[in-house]
Amino acid sequence: MAYALQQLVNGITLGMIYGLIAVGYTMVYGIIGMINFAHGDVFMVGAFVGIIVLTALTGVTSVPMGILAALLLSAGVCALYGFSIERVAYRPLRGSFRLAPLISAIGMSILLENYVQTSQGALERAIPVAVPGGFVLMNENGFVVQLSWMQIAIVVVTLVTLGIFTYIVTKTPLGRSMRAVEQDAKMAALLGIDTNRTISYTFIIGSALAAVAGVMFLLYYGVIDFYIGFNAGIKAFTAAVLGGIGSLPGAVLGGLLIGLIEAFWSGYATVAYKDVAVYSILAIVLMFMPTGLLGRNDIEKV
Amino acid sequence: MKHLADNIKDSLIVGGVAFLLFGPFLGLQLTNGTSGNLGLATRPMLLAIAVGLSIVARFLLLLWQDHRTTRVPAVKLAAAVAKSGKYVAPALLIVTITLPLIPGIDNSYIDLGVLIMTYVMLGWGLNIVVGLAGLLDLGYVAFYAVGAYSFALLSHYFNFTFWECLPLCGILAAAWGIFLGFPVLRLRGDYLAIVTLAFGEIIRLVITNWVSLTGGPNGIYDIPHPTLFGLTFDMSGGPGTVSNFFHVDPDPSQRTTFLYYIILALALLTNWVTLRLRRQPLGRAWEALREDEIACRSLGINLRNTKLTAFAIGAMFGGFAGCFFATRQAFISPDSFTFIESATVLAIVVLGGAGSQLGVALAAVVMIGVPALLQDLQIYRMLIFGIALVTIMVVRPRGFISTRTPSVSLGKAKIISSDMISEGHG
Repeated sequence: MAYALQQLVNGITLGMIYGLIAVGYTMVYGIIGMINFAHGDVFMVGAFVGIIVLTALTGVTSVPMGILAALLLSAGVCALYGFSIERVAYRPLRGSFRLAPLISAIGMSILLENYVQTSQGALERAIPVAVPGGFVLMNENGFVVQLSWMQIAIVVVTLVTLGIFTYIVTKTPLGRSMRAVEQDAKMAALLGIDTNRTISYTFIIGSALAAVAGVMFLLYYGVIDFYIGFNAGIKAFTAAVLGGIGSLPGAVLGGLLIGLIEAFWSGYATVAYKDVAVYSILAIVLMFMPTGLLGRNDIEKV
Repeated sequence: MKHLADNIKDSLIVGGVAFLLFGPFLGLQLTNGTSGNLGLATRPMLLAIAVGLSIVARFLLLLWQDHRTTRVPAVKLAAAVAKSGKYVAPALLIVTITLPLIPGIDNSYIDLGVLIMTYVMLGWGLNIVVGLAGLLDLGYVAFYAVGAYSFALLSHYFNFTFWECLPLCGILAAAWGIFLGFPVLRLRGDYLAIVTLAFGEIIRLVITNWVSLTGGPNGIYDIPHPTLFGLTFDMSGGPGTVSNFFHVDPDPSQRTTFLYYIILALALLTNWVTLRLRRQPLGRAWEALREDEIACRSLGINLRNTKLTAFAIGAMFGGFAGCFFATRQAFISPDSFTFIESATVLAIVVLGGAGSQLGVALAAVVMIGVPALLQDLQIYRMLIFGIALVTIMVVRPRGFISTRTPSVSLGKAKIISSDMISEGHG
């Protein structure tokens, strides 16, 4: 019981991080219909900007201020990365055939990984635990279920970020044009929406969310290297597909499910096969619900 | 010159963006400080160079865009390329066949030829799935791995030889193709892409973690090399070796040359089967499926069989290539079967102009041969690969050869632009 509770806590924390990345995938997919393979690497870039800012600010400011600065700076830099990636690698290919942006995105992903590897070194980089401690949820025969401050912080920051994001998408003019472009880009353009600008904003917002996830990942695990983006990216994309690609609540739900599956599988079965479990469940869900859990059914017109 | 001021302003803005992008990564560097904690070092020169280069590159790009008056229509250009393909392909084939026979050629070049040809074969195999049937497969490396491990395990546990295993590897990989293809029959587009990617990862993870069978991350050693009618290419030159039988001095290039002709034959077999199948009902069903799944179904084409045969035949050639890879390396580990391999093969197919056999071969030469020659720049190799992938796609989204000659036509076959073809759609 206590063990299960601990896995639940861990799974939700991990799921929140996946959910944040998955939102970026699902937004880009919804609006221009491409798999942004470089998104996982933007997450990795975010984690690296975070570690650089935290290292620079060590001893200069208090820890919470340092974390806040890392979050904001990382989000800013990654937003710029997202914007530039779209301008350089995807915009020239808009309206081209479907595989071209996919290959370009894979190239961008390889480029970003090796750019960080050559500029910052291939070593794993570790930081000390930023906020140690936590509080005890339950003590069952000496097995202590702990909820660390960091886990609480991750859940709170994720919820706040998703809250801001939901407000932008549902209440602001920008969100309205984003939803319009998602539904029908041509019609939106006819009605005077600058689709290029809207798509740029989508990349900016998605990348900023990935950066927040990257800093959270850094603070939670304390260790990062240039390769974390691949695995996290694939998992987050799996989450987006599981929730129904194109659906924003679906992405968060998918992220939570993936996090929970991973935590419980590691806890009760074998750690080595945790990724196999995630991918198998993805395949099984898609076999029976080909559009994911919350996805819309595409009506095929002939 | 009225653009000049605008261009300079634009370039300077790009410089500002470049400063912010490169600042944290090129301007600063994480170092391990004295007490084991992380420290930061600054590299202002490197940052200044990177920003300067961005400004100059942007300015030159804008200048070129202003002065570019007329563009040769892409279709015309591509048609010229495709026409010359009539001569390029046989010329390329003759060069390929005679390459190891050039006197005094260095063994490393023949070896590079073997590597390139392996990717040509993988590209042609994947081309059946992506280029002909239009099914986007991001996990092709799974079948490559199945072929390689089938041979490695059969030889390790049951002492099978290469020639006994080659057909078995193809059959096993094809069986896996059907097995993995079955659940994804209903999926389309990106859902199919992500599930195939997941299958590729599952196979790699199982190989990595099933240590008792596969040796896990340590891989399998001492996989036998192929023999020429029972003669080995052993360096000792004793009885039963090629050098003894033909009374020549043993030389490592003999084995490399033999491997070279094996993979050449396998690759040509792939090409021949593809070209023949394209003219048969099955190949035409694949191309119909690629263009329009619904129309295909309404015309009474069995979608399940069509998709599964595409998966199976594509997988079979992947299995052959994997078997060859295992025998060439004599050592395999899960590291050789990562997603990056799938991505490389897919990139070769798309860069070549999906569906074009000659294009795929040319793309493999460019994508594998050029990085291999950059051995001195080892750490920058993949960086350059990534930059090249993005650049080539942006400049030529349809690949090197962007025209197609229809497989079947009424009267004279006319070359069409590949904009009219929907590759990788379903």
